[in-house]
Amino acid sequence: MNGESIPETPLSLEALKKGDRHELARMVDLYSEKIYKLALKFTNNPQDAEDVLQETFLKAMRALPEFEGRSSLSTWLYRIAVNEALMLLRKQKPDLALDTAVQEEDSEEGISSNGLILADWCCLPEDELLSEESRRFLDQAIQHLPATLRGVFILRDLEGLSIKETAELLGLTETNVKTRLLRARLFLRQQLSRYFGERLKEWEQK
Amino acid sequence: MSDHLDCQQLLSSISDFVDGELNPELCRQIEQHLNECENCRIVINTLRKTIDLYQHQPGNQGLPLEIRQRLFHRLHLEEFLNHDPG
Ligand SMILES: [Zn+2]
Repeated sequence: MNGESIPETPLSLEALKKGDRHELARMVDLYSEKIYKLALKFTNNPQDAEDVLQETFLKAMRALPEFEGRSSLSTWLYRIAVNEALMLLRKQKPDLALDTAVQEEDSEEGISSNGLILADWCCLPEDELLSEESRRFLDQAIQHLPATLRGVFILRDLEGLSIKETAELLGLTETNVKTRLLRARLFLRQQLSRYFGERLKEWEQK
Repeated sequence: MSDHLDCQQLLSSISDFVDGELNPELCRQIEQHLNECENCRIVINTLRKTIDLYQHQPGNQGLPLEIRQRLFHRLHLEEFLNHDPG
């Protein structure tokens, strides 16, 4: 052990598939942070996120010998992590708003301009928009998204994946992804408008 | 088909519009509608701001040390814990 692990060297897939432990450790160090952060966004709970992280790498190490390299290693790990996170959420809240709230989720029905909150809160000062409390509200609002919409929003808007990549990871068509993304974004816009609309009133009274 | 979009039609294209994924003709119609409709202007501005706020969440501080340790133990890779995670 001389601590010479060279981060510049690309991972050797061959070594990984043979179960080379040094190479496996490098793989873990290369991707664990991203996967933990992703899991944290899905679960909003550090303990759950850590479970997802551990399960992801356990499964990956078991499955690596059969990994065919049709997708990149990082996409493959991501997919395992997303599945683990969704599975955990389903286990925790089997009855809760996972699918029920969005019966017609893949149609554009229910995307209505009626009832939209029209507070123009964009002009709020940065320290109001970026306050600690606002951050917490943003995090909570994601958790109120039905899981089917949450996954799409997290991968596309928080992780910055393309529509196509998001579709592949979640096993959806690109059209499904777009419709869900529209619904997720409108849902969050509505939540934030309610919240920041109140801030706006307070602010204008000052 | 009318050249004029109503608010409802705009709403169903709003997500593709902010992503810049619409064809130029539809974009033009949307921009024209936005010139004339304050409500839709607010919706689109607050939608953009919503996405923007989520995309600029505080940055990454690395994987917490204890989490890395527990992970390596769980994977039976503890002998590599001393390596610099980079
Ligand atoms: Zn309008």
